[in-house]
Amino acid sequence: MGAVNDGPADDSHPRKSVTEVDHVAIRFAGDSGDGMQITGSKFTDTTALFGNDVATFPDFPAEIRAPAGTLAGVSGYQVHFAAEDIFTPADEVDLLIAFNPAALRANVEDVRGHGMVIINSDAFNKKSLQRAGYTDDPLPGLRERFNVVEVPVTTLNREALQGLALSSREVDRCKNFFALGLLLWLYHRDLEPTARWLASKFKADVLEANIRTLKAGHAFGETTELLPTSFLVPAAKIEPGPYRNITGNAALAWGIVASAVQLDKPVFLGAYPITPASDVLHEVARHRNFNVKTFQAEDEMAAASSAIGAAFAGHLGVTVSSGPGFILKQEAIGLAVMVELPLVIVDVQRAGPATGSPTKTEQGDLLAALYGRHSQAHLPVLAPATPGDCFHVMLEAFRIAVKYMTPVIVLSDSYLANSAEPWRIPDVESLPRATVSHPSSDAAESFRPYERDAELLARPWAIPGTAGLEHRIGGLTKAPVSGNVVYDPDNHEQMVALRYQKIEGIVRDIPPIEVNGPDRGELLVLGWGSTHGAITAAVKGARERGLDVSHAHLRHLNPLPADLGDLLSRFRRVLLPELNLGQLSMILRARYLIDIESFTKVAGQPFKVVEIQTKIEQMLEESS
Amino acid sequence: MAASPEAPELSRKDFVTNQDVRWCPGCGDYSVLANVQRVMPELGVPRENFVFVSGIGCSSRFPYYMNTYGFHTIHGRAPAFATGIKITRPELSVWIVTGDGDGLSIGGNHLMHAIRRNLDVQILLFNNRVYGLTKGQYSPTSALGMRTKTSPTGSIDHPIDPITFALGSGATFVARTIDVDASHMQEMLKRAHQHKGTAFIEILQNCPVFNDGTWEELQDRKSRTETALVLEHGKPLVFGAPGARKGICVDHGVPKVIDVSDDQAPEAQGVVVHDENAPPSYSFALASLARPEFPLPVGVLRETEKPCYEAMVEDEVQHAIESRGPGDLRDLLNSGDTWEVEG
Ligand SMILES: Cc1ncc(C[n+]2csc(CCOP(=O)(O)OP(=O)(O)O)c2C)c(N)n1
Ligand code: SF4
Ligand SMILES: [Mg+2]
Repeated sequence: MGAVNDGPADDSHPRKSVTEVDHVAIRFAGDSGDGMQITGSKFTDTTALFGNDVATFPDFPAEIRAPAGTLAGVSGYQVHFAAEDIFTPADEVDLLIAFNPAALRANVEDVRGHGMVIINSDAFNKKSLQRAGYTDDPLPGLRERFNVVEVPVTTLNREALQGLALSSREVDRCKNFFALGLLLWLYHRDLEPTARWLASKFKADVLEANIRTLKAGHAFGETTELLPTSFLVPAAKIEPGPYRNITGNAALAWGIVASAVQLDKPVFLGAYPITPASDVLHEVARHRNFNVKTFQAEDEMAAASSAIGAAFAGHLGVTVSSGPGFILKQEAIGLAVMVELPLVIVDVQRAGPATGSPTKTEQGDLLAALYGRHSQAHLPVLAPATPGDCFHVMLEAFRIAVKYMTPVIVLSDSYLANSAEPWRIPDVESLPRATVSHPSSDAAESFRPYERDAELLARPWAIPGTAGLEHRIGGLTKAPVSGNVVYDPDNHEQMVALRYQKIEGIVRDIPPIEVNGPDRGELLVLGWGSTHGAITAAVKGARERGLDVSHAHLRHLNPLPADLGDLLSRFRRVLLPELNLGQLSMILRARYLIDIESFTKVAGQPFKVVEIQTKIEQMLEESS
Repeated sequence: MAASPEAPELSRKDFVTNQDVRWCPGCGDYSVLANVQRVMPELGVPRENFVFVSGIGCSSRFPYYMNTYGFHTIHGRAPAFATGIKITRPELSVWIVTGDGDGLSIGGNHLMHAIRRNLDVQILLFNNRVYGLTKGQYSPTSALGMRTKTSPTGSIDHPIDPITFALGSGATFVARTIDVDASHMQEMLKRAHQHKGTAFIEILQNCPVFNDGTWEELQDRKSRTETALVLEHGKPLVFGAPGARKGICVDHGVPKVIDVSDDQAPEAQGVVVHDENAPPSYSFALASLARPEFPLPVGVLRETEKPCYEAMVEDEVQHAIESRGPGDLRDLLNSGDTWEVEG
């Protein structure tokens, strides 16, 4: 980090110093009506375009519009950008911009010591302080701990928009773009991508107003005495190639659409709206030209059932929801296990049980995914590690589903769903393809609905409309080959075993586990799903300080990779951080008889890097 | 749907499976199965294009006995499975088989939504006014006061009328028939198949084991002349034996039974003429005719037209392809803001 004096070349203003830094985390916070999510995501897009590595964390309230100015209504968007690889949105922020006292109160404790806090001073008065629960003016105290910068954002925005034919309400609604302009100046970012986006969204005076205030915010930064220094985070050295920003939900949606292309089969998505999964349905519905049919069902039982119906009819059936809806689907999923039809079920997990904290994250549905159906209903479970990984996991889930004729569960979560990261756009040619075949009428003589492939144990996928292959499937126990209903006890046991073996056999398709660090030693940190970023950063930090620690991450939660038991046994201790009360730990302990040390958090928030890092240090101190 | 010219002639036997039928002796479900198997060859649909989808219940075993494609699903959800099938394969002839418990209790919601969407499917609701498969508890259509194992002192649930439910859900075809009346049922099945949109048929079915005789007065040929109001489009609403005929008229907006003389056309005596296509208020009034005050209407109560759901879904896809061209994955992945990181 060092000060370099190459400020803007424009000589009309005194030159300001520029400080080069490796990484910066900032958080936008305001009322849920203040447009914080848009502001944050536009900043993210711009900074990713510039070439930084980026990780984000949008955090919004469950209420659509809680009373203005209250803590319940605070919406935040955190962006971490860097000149190096980063894995999380950062534990602490360098800068907070708070649009009102409630936003300040809810967020200021996450600002690092001596960090910058920009407030919209127009929004600070006795009444608003009270509404936020402040009895005294917090600013004097905060000035001692932080660099508090007071900007009258509302006034400056109004001044900038004088003369436009807009109501004062409409004018005030533009103020987030003033703030965005200011921050784009502060971090040397181009206004152009935001201007382009605005032009695609708004027209006439509203467009003019947003662009004017964006520029005014930028100009204010250039001229104000309040901000003597701006900051530059140089572009990151990341793997070359084409990039874009992507959220986990968009990646899931595109993975669904891509499956139609890569498997050369039409897709049917049945879903019922639920936070934080609805965006997947929204996004897929925009791409019907990929031969994708979307169906907003009357509830999740119908969503899952319709997708299974579509699978019976020969389409790629998929259904997407979050915890409460996922649970409603379990009976139908059990039927899909029984009739052995391909189906992909996505659960974007959220903090529960019941409605819980619907916009917050958790990994609490693992056991429900593995065991949540009645009886022995074994099926594959996959979990993406990063937002971009959601795309690839979706493709893999469909490949497994059609190859093995089985439902497959994908466990994403609220954190992956809404977080954005720069994503290396895959080369379509390099994406795996699979061909799906259905028996034809030629096979009519020999066709048996439950005759299995000798190696894979998958049954044939014969579809209605094929003459001579008429057959019945259903929930009753079937005979192994004919598929006829039988009530014989041995037959039942044989079928349970066959289905179990079929799923266990999927292990042949699972690649060896990649270990980050030595593949044996003192401590292995094992993770699954969205904890990938925090664990990666924590282990990287620990290794840089010379600690003997490795990281492995599971994408396949059922069946487990064949080499997992062996890997676990090569480490003296295994730490397993999870956003639940130790669900995977319990399974691995039972399966491998290894004393896995569970590290849990169920606060609706992702792990902070420091939490895992501290735990690693503690464990290694104990051992030494 | 027309049969392809080279399609072989089908007969009833082509629709019989080799599975033992496991309903109780004398169950009304046997006659429904026989009638459906008899009608299928006459519909001009290749056998491989029929799909029977059911929920759970005695009646829902139906698909196992039909030599077509079939799916015995889970309790109450058959309409949702059928929706996925019909949306993805509109060319298939999809038949939903459900019971009074399956369709109106656990699956009432799905039944309502399938009907209101007007998928081009047939729904056969076997109404025996009892839970057969679980051995005799009262159902949503059981009469008040019915004594069962779960209602030892008589049911206190007000029953629902399947026909009114279907009309209320916006059904475009609603009919009622009786298990023992083979020719009437076959006619209803054919009409249901001809109808473009959701065709709902309530089948009055006897369960000799748990609710024997529940429809006795309608099943018995003799009493049926008095207890059933056989509907025919364009014909007056008359019932009863010649010489003692009665009719339905409307008095101050309220339906009433009047005596009808054989000497004069019933219309001329104020008897209402049945119109399947009349506004819903008429269909609802007709559906409200209930025993014992009135004869129970059997036949087609209502037929009307509305766009079909699966066709509109197909239009959405076609429209998207026409307006934007077939999807290109490379374009999608590279849409919006992208950037190149140099090596
Ligand atoms: C989720 C679920 N709950 C309960 C049952 C038990 N069950 C099976 S059939 C049935 C009632 C069926 O009644 P109905 O639909 O009238 O069919 P019927 O047997 O009379 O033809 C019940 C309660 C079940 N199979 N699944
Ligand atoms: S219990 Fe009743 S409905 Fe079920 S098969 Fe026997 S007679 Fe038929
Ligand atoms: Mg019943």
